[in-house]
Amino acid sequence: MSLLIDDSRPIFVQIAERIENDIIEGALPEESQVPSTNQFAAFYQINPATAAKGVNLLTEQGILYKKRGIGMFVSAGARATLIEKRKEQFFEQYVVAMMREAEKLGITQEQLADMVRRGGSKS
Amino acid sequence: MSAIVKVSNLTKTYGDTTAVQDVSFELEENKIYGLLGRNGAGKTTIMHMLTAQQFASSGDIQVFGAAPYENESVLRRICFIKESQKYPATFNVKDVLEVSAMLHPNWDAAYASELTAAFGLPLKRRMQKLSRGMLSAVGVVVGLASRAPLTIFDEPYLGLDAVARSMFYDRLLADYAEHPRTVILSTHLIDEVSKLLEHVLLIDQGRLLLNEDVERLSGMAYSVVGAAARIESFAAGKQVLSRESMGAIASATILGEAGVQERREAAERGLEFTPVSLQQLIVHLTGGKNGEKEAVTR
Repeated sequence: MSLLIDDSRPIFVQIAERIENDIIEGALPEESQVPSTNQFAAFYQINPATAAKGVNLLTEQGILYKKRGIGMFVSAGARATLIEKRKEQFFEQYVVAMMREAEKLGITQEQLADMVRRGGSKS
Repeated sequence: MSAIVKVSNLTKTYGDTTAVQDVSFELEENKIYGLLGRNGAGKTTIMHMLTAQQFASSGDIQVFGAAPYENESVLRRICFIKESQKYPATFNVKDVLEVSAMLHPNWDAAYASELTAAFGLPLKRRMQKLSRGMLSAVGVVVGLASRAPLTIFDEPYLGLDAVARSMFYDRLLADYAEHPRTVILSTHLIDEVSKLLEHVLLIDQGRLLLNEDVERLSGMAYSVVGAAARIESFAAGKQVLSRESMGAIASATILGEAGVQERREAAERGLEFTPVSLQQLIVHLTGGKNGEKEAVTR
């Protein structure tokens, strides 16, 4: 089975996230064609209906749009929309989790801020 | 979506034993179904009744809108790959493929040859001389190349190695994409096939325990791990499938959606949140104490 898909969340959500990542990272530029659901199904060894649900999730949000008889494409402005959405999730997903772990280990706010600065200078 | 299989109140008894008890479900066209359950749960009995190889004790079965028993127009549209298919003593692999071609109107001979080569099957070898894995591979080739509108695989990969199983999944998905049909995969190897399935029927002790889309099942239960007392307060009022404890640490598997609120509640108590895979969920639902189980309905 594909290592790219795990059991943590519904598969169609993970497919949608993978497409989102590709758009954010520029692997799928705006106005470019997205692989077909059958291509997704074959690549990830998943049911085509599941792949279609992942694609539909993004279509509903206006990230992808359909060109009749051709396939699915990335909407103009999709990247900016996704980055905005991810920024909102960033706090909940990373910052809150980090603060909780730091509290458990007795790391002070100053030490934490220092670590973030050190981490930032590395990349 | 049209239902091609309609089973209502199906029951099968052998003397005092009830193998299948009051099972009702419908199968829609062009979906991949998983018929899951433990050994002896009644999966094979249900498949035998669907394909008119056994009589039902009571209940009704409609396949393609008609009763399957001695109904040529129904049966020619079904391909049933049995776990322990018996072949005539003189048959070699080529004979099996030729007979299958006669039985299945949609048979694709070129595709069958391609699959035979891909699985490395020796055409001239007698069926009786094949290894368990090769026998399974013949079943896979027949099941795929028949392109039957209703294709049923009963434990299709016994003895197949990991490479051959992965090839089976790839081929099944690719051919299903080009030639959609209804597929039933009966298995207890749930983790391997769960990603291929669209819908799951879970049989336990002859009864239908679950009848649900896979995607809804993957968010149907979750586990929390942490300090025992906090687990207790978190689990209060929730439907707990199982509990385990080790010293001061406990875990609980809870039936219900792992929503934002539950996650926050767990986080506030310092509990670790872990998802439950389809296989784990089924183990929890079918593993255990008798009498406590109820059909899970949403």
